[in-house]
Amino acid sequence: MRHTLSILLENSPGALSRVAGLFSGRGFNIESLCVASTLDSTLSHMTLVTIGDDAIIEQIIKQLNRLVDVYKVTDVSQDEFVEREMALIKVNAAESETRSEVLRICEIFRCKIVDVTPKTYTLEVTGPESKLKAVIDLLLPIGIKELARTGTIAMQREQKNI
Amino acid sequence: MTKMAGKQIIVEALKKEGVEVIFGYPGGAIIDIYDALAKDGSIKHVLVRHEQGAAHAADGYARATGRVGVCLVTSGPGATNAVTGIATANMDSIPIVVLTGQVPTALIGNDAFQEVDIVGITRPCTKHNYLVKNVKDLPRILKEAFYVARSGRPGPVLVDIPKDVQNAVTDFHYPETITLRSYDPVKEPHIKQIEKACRQMEESKKPVLYVGGGVISSGAHEELRALAEEINCPVTTTLMGIGGFPGTHPQNIGMLGMHGTYCANMAMANTDLIIAIGARFDDRVTGKIEAFAPHAKIIHVDVDPTSIQKNVRVDIPIVGDCKLTLAKMLKCLKDNGSKPEAWKAKHQAWWEQLRAWEKRHPLTYKKDPNVIKPQYVIERLYEMTKGRAIITTEVGQNQMWTAQFYKFDQPRTFLTSGGLGTMGYGLPAAIGAQMAFPDKLVIDVAGDGSIQMNIQELATAMQEKLPIKIVILNNRFLGMVRQWQELFYEKRYVATDFEFTPDFIKIAEAYSAKGIRATNPDDVDKVLKEGLEYPGLAIMEFVIAREEGVFPMIPAGKAHTEMLLV
Repeated sequence: MRHTLSILLENSPGALSRVAGLFSGRGFNIESLCVASTLDSTLSHMTLVTIGDDAIIEQIIKQLNRLVDVYKVTDVSQDEFVEREMALIKVNAAESETRSEVLRICEIFRCKIVDVTPKTYTLEVTGPESKLKAVIDLLLPIGIKELARTGTIAMQREQKNI
Repeated sequence: MTKMAGKQIIVEALKKEGVEVIFGYPGGAIIDIYDALAKDGSIKHVLVRHEQGAAHAADGYARATGRVGVCLVTSGPGATNAVTGIATANMDSIPIVVLTGQVPTALIGNDAFQEVDIVGITRPCTKHNYLVKNVKDLPRILKEAFYVARSGRPGPVLVDIPKDVQNAVTDFHYPETITLRSYDPVKEPHIKQIEKACRQMEESKKPVLYVGGGVISSGAHEELRALAEEINCPVTTTLMGIGGFPGTHPQNIGMLGMHGTYCANMAMANTDLIIAIGARFDDRVTGKIEAFAPHAKIIHVDVDPTSIQKNVRVDIPIVGDCKLTLAKMLKCLKDNGSKPEAWKAKHQAWWEQLRAWEKRHPLTYKKDPNVIKPQYVIERLYEMTKGRAIITTEVGQNQMWTAQFYKFDQPRTFLTSGGLGTMGYGLPAAIGAQMAFPDKLVIDVAGDGSIQMNIQELATAMQEKLPIKIVILNNRFLGMVRQWQELFYEKRYVATDFEFTPDFIKIAEAYSAKGIRATNPDDVDKVLKEGLEYPGLAIMEFVIAREEGVFPMIPAGKAHTEMLLV
């Protein structure tokens, strides 16, 4: 099962490395990881996507909580939540036929064109991971030259702010 | 507020934390702290001969006293040498604070002389660690270090202090108390869970108390005994739990696991309720996990939530301090009208079964009039010292024979590297224990292999005039690995036969200690007596049956019912 964990941790040197080291040292998976500061500059917010059965996820959450630098861990995927990821995709678009096909896909998925050259388009796409996957799958046969993804960020719906 | 340099702040902080003795080894990046320690003069420093010894000695001091052990080493190799000792303390949840010198902050990252990223290296083997970049943070970090080391599930904390920070000056204010928003270990158990656990105990016909090092670190031995006696429940201990319940108590059915007693392992295989207290279901305890305690419900009490549900599923998890939890369990049972006679009657059939197992395969060995059996040495050592010794061990056969044949009635009298299994632990740990208790008898039970791993610490012990006794069980083999080769590798004794072993008597003499040897079973008592009565450090070497094995044994990955017996 895929789980999205929202982690608040002390904004101190080495805190990220403690989390990363915990995952590699104990053989847990990291699908994606995204860290940035919060309104409180002494805390960082990390969104971490991982895969594991219930027992493994329980261990991951406990082990994270055990780290002295970790303030709070929430499995946001346990309830209703919003998740977003952004990707920049540079696509081959030398032929006029492919150029219009790329634009059509772009329109359907509400992507933005952020850079244009005679031979390429660069798309900005935002959405849940499934949407990014759909866009990438459609663009692959056309020819993706470069791909950069942010990793998922997530938040629980309603009042359950972490 | 007084102005102080970092080095003085460190000395003052150590004093505020009640530190009386530290173990260390100087070097360029820590020399300023040494200077400040000497100028102050109130903290005793023990100069080891290798930094691994410093970490183990601090660990041995912590295990023997229950206080935080402190060690002080320099940057680079000084720090890396201490890593094995830190990892040892980490695996066994022992509170130590390791202070390391570091190159000046301006040089960090430049591959400076004796620079190593010790905070990075020790991140996975400490409970927490710090690099102090600003002297203003130093008092708070030191306070945190001691607090984190001793609270919750204890463990080692490392503080890396660059040379310029040691000399930078700031206002000194040492915080009296501390709260950390990101670290607040649960102590109080959930009362509903306690009630559930008690109902389960009342229903069980075949319960077992399975007890680990948590009982010792939380000082819960009296509460454990009270509960065990109230409900007339058999108690089995892990290696780390030895001493947490009296070894001579009739309800003690011995250690469980790979080299546990037949009775303890059969009890685990047949019990209907495991009451796990401060233990973590380690692979050496459970054996084949799929076959572990197939009929049992499990109550698991631990201060560290990660221990619960890590290796086995648990029916009633209780996160909390063992001492508080056991006391509350007993109260809950008594409030519910607990009657000792009723418990006795309920568990009578179970005890008959347990006694039958004990009778069928007691801990034993084949006696031999011609050659010294190691178990005999330990038995005699027990008879001659009962109750008045602190025993440390190395790792391997010497450790298991001691765990099996020496009976420990008191907590903190059996100091051994359980989780990491660090050969070379025993001698420096004995130094730590003897520094804490100068008048107690401290004995390191060693093998001829493991004693050589930190044999340089004899010089430390001699310098401090410590009357440590060292029992070397010499089979000229790396005995435990040899035993595995005998049993599982068709007797191919690869790299386990020491073709050369030094003369331990001459080693003792070279260090101005006493060395005596027994080669014949009739000499065992004489040598033990002479060695134990000697006022200074004595090495007692016993030339033992070369291919003696440790039994019972559950081969790795096998079930509790698949024990190999003598």
